[in-house]
Amino acid sequence: MGVGIEVINLNAWYGTNHTLQDINLNIPANHVTALIGPSGCGKSTFVRCLNRMHETNPIARVTGTVRIGDLDIYEDANPVEIRRRVGMVFQRPNPFPTMSIYDNVAAGLKLNGYSNRRALDEIVEKSLKNSALWDEVKDELKKKSGASLSGGQQQRLCIARALAVDPEVLLMDEPASALDPVSTSKIEDLIFQLKSQYTIVIVTHNMQQAARVAEKTGFFLNGRMVEFDLTHKIFTNPSDKRTEDYITGRFG
Amino acid sequence: MTRIRFQQSLDELKEQLLVMAGLAEQAIQRAIEAYRVRDLSICDLVSRSEIAINRLEREIDQAALDLLAMEQPMAIDLRFILAVIKINADLERVGDAAKAISERVRSMEQMAVVELPVDIPRMASMAAEMVRKCLQSFIEADAETARSVLSMDDAVDAMNRAAYKALTKVMEEQSHLAPQALNALMISRALERVADHATNIAEDVIFWVQGADVRHHKSVTGGRDPHAMG
Amino acid sequence: MEEHILPTEHKLKARIRTLTDGLATGLAVLSTLLVVAPLVAIFIYLVYKGASSLSWAFFTDVPKPVGEAGGGMANAIAGSAILLAVGSLIGIPVGISGGIFLAEFGRGTKLANAVRFTADVLNGVPSIVMGIAVYSLVVVPQGHFSAFSGGVALGIMMIPTVCRTTEEMLLMVPNAVREAALALGVPNWRSVLAITVRTASSGIITGCMLAFARVAGETAPLIFTAFGNVGWSSRLDEPIAALPLQIYVYALSPYDDWHRLAWAGALVLIVLIVLAVSLVRYVTSRGVLKGAS
Repeated sequence: MGVGIEVINLNAWYGTNHTLQDINLNIPANHVTALIGPSGCGKSTFVRCLNRMHETNPIARVTGTVRIGDLDIYEDANPVEIRRRVGMVFQRPNPFPTMSIYDNVAAGLKLNGYSNRRALDEIVEKSLKNSALWDEVKDELKKKSGASLSGGQQQRLCIARALAVDPEVLLMDEPASALDPVSTSKIEDLIFQLKSQYTIVIVTHNMQQAARVAEKTGFFLNGRMVEFDLTHKIFTNPSDKRTEDYITGRFG
Repeated sequence: MTRIRFQQSLDELKEQLLVMAGLAEQAIQRAIEAYRVRDLSICDLVSRSEIAINRLEREIDQAALDLLAMEQPMAIDLRFILAVIKINADLERVGDAAKAISERVRSMEQMAVVELPVDIPRMASMAAEMVRKCLQSFIEADAETARSVLSMDDAVDAMNRAAYKALTKVMEEQSHLAPQALNALMISRALERVADHATNIAEDVIFWVQGADVRHHKSVTGGRDPHAMG
Repeated sequence: MEEHILPTEHKLKARIRTLTDGLATGLAVLSTLLVVAPLVAIFIYLVYKGASSLSWAFFTDVPKPVGEAGGGMANAIAGSAILLAVGSLIGIPVGISGGIFLAEFGRGTKLANAVRFTADVLNGVPSIVMGIAVYSLVVVPQGHFSAFSGGVALGIMMIPTVCRTTEEMLLMVPNAVREAALALGVPNWRSVLAITVRTASSGIITGCMLAFARVAGETAPLIFTAFGNVGWSSRLDEPIAALPLQIYVYALSPYDDWHRLAWAGALVLIVLIVLAVSLVRYVTSRGVLKGAS
């Protein structure tokens, strides 16, 4: 089951660049929340603060609180533990190129010491079914490499890989932007099915996608969160003029 | 500003609707004038403009549909296009009401002029004023002006109810005046419908400008809901 | 402004372009042949000079004393194998670890720059100087020549090549792959070893093979360390024969018999290196899945 995310006074810097300023929001559990905004507005940085991936950059710095469920992810745990509870899917599909489909999905578990063959088989199958890829690859799990699949399949493989470690939250950074419309639709349907089990945060520059998949939407601009509300309100009658200008295409 | 072509398309749509609105407003004013001076040639003008109004209704609906399909409008743009589609329909009905009034004027040509206990001209001028104001609120995107139209609807409703009472009494007690009374009643009904459509248009303007849905309000005096059939 | 080009001018220009293209292609082919030709020539010459001296005895006998016919280089072949094994055991792990440090953990640090600089300098040290250095560092304290010291010398010479190619190959692994591993909650060290290194593995192995092929033929560093041996040696603290060393000694000698053995030895040395490299390539290509680079 998913958990809610509470963000309190989050500020982030890359070196001297104040990338995120005073972000406060509550992301509801078992819902899909979309983050929209023009390029460089900080939405990707924000999402990476939720699983402490921004720390892979040595000049990154964060102040404030992020609580996932009841866990303060900066005070009460280290990054490795957090990332097992908060999974991430990236913009460009990135399966491990030297591994088979099976090994890709099982990677998160195997690399953390899991070795029970039977259990792994079950988890791999369940994850691939959950990401709507099982039927397409079930006969070639160990023979085909992850990198030999099509773009849309690779992305679903990455989703399966993230789901295999059974996270509570799934972060998706523009997951469909490198995919064709049919694959995009499949991913969107998938997101809709997954939300009953996970809390999903999706960054997208495609507003129609946010409108299609998310219950709540947050609009980021210049490192600040301008408006955070029910998706249908944001797209029919937003409260802030800047939000309206962005979604009607008057800028950005 | 980005999406220049889209903004231009929205402006063109507004222009088209204003042309249609002008024709509808003119039709009503002519119909009322025809009633006042009993001039049949004005009735012909009303009938002809009906055709133009219907044609414009089709064109505007098509243009709005295309914009919805091709441009994925959001927020205020989306509300604007939706409002245009609805106002379009109401304006066409206003044109129909104007035609109905001019038909009544034609049939009253044959009859003797009699005094009736109803003030059609006052109702007519109120209805015309409501139409003028709701169109003004659309041109200026002004929700305040639109709200003032909403409150005028109650008065017209009251006048219509009074006219109904008075004219049915006339038809019962002075049956030789029944034809004229019936026509007057139908004109009163048509004017009341014009007021309803003007109210709808005002509500659509408020929805467009403020995103608030103020339809199906019941006024303090218990006036009729403009959206109810009847 | 339009230039009106006549059809005939068009044709002429097109013909010139085709000719130029052909000329360039021809030059490229010629250059390739020029590069490959010496290699082929050497090989053919070695076969010509050395094949006749190859016999079963060559591969099983130790050198006979001067004057006696026959004899072989079995001990030198075995010795080279042992020296290369010791060298690889020293050079490859150190080199790969250095490469991993440079690419994954020390990027941009002063220490990394120092390590890289040191590796490059080490690469440029003449092999004879390397031999002398190891002589002072290992042979003198030990008090005798040994296979071990020879292995050390070869190992140190392997380090820069292995280290730099490992670093290059690791840097070529896209960052997306690292991020994918980290995002799964894999600790950094584990991600480096299990994912990044594994992704770069075929390139790293190539680097090791390059280093191996290079030191397999080194003679100078062995002169003062392994020293050579006319018989079998079975211990790492004894002097040991090596194929290149043996070839050197025989080639400089005044005896025809030994000259013939030297030619045969040279041929065998080249063939063994080619075989070793091919074997490693074959084994690793079978293990890597289709679709991976």
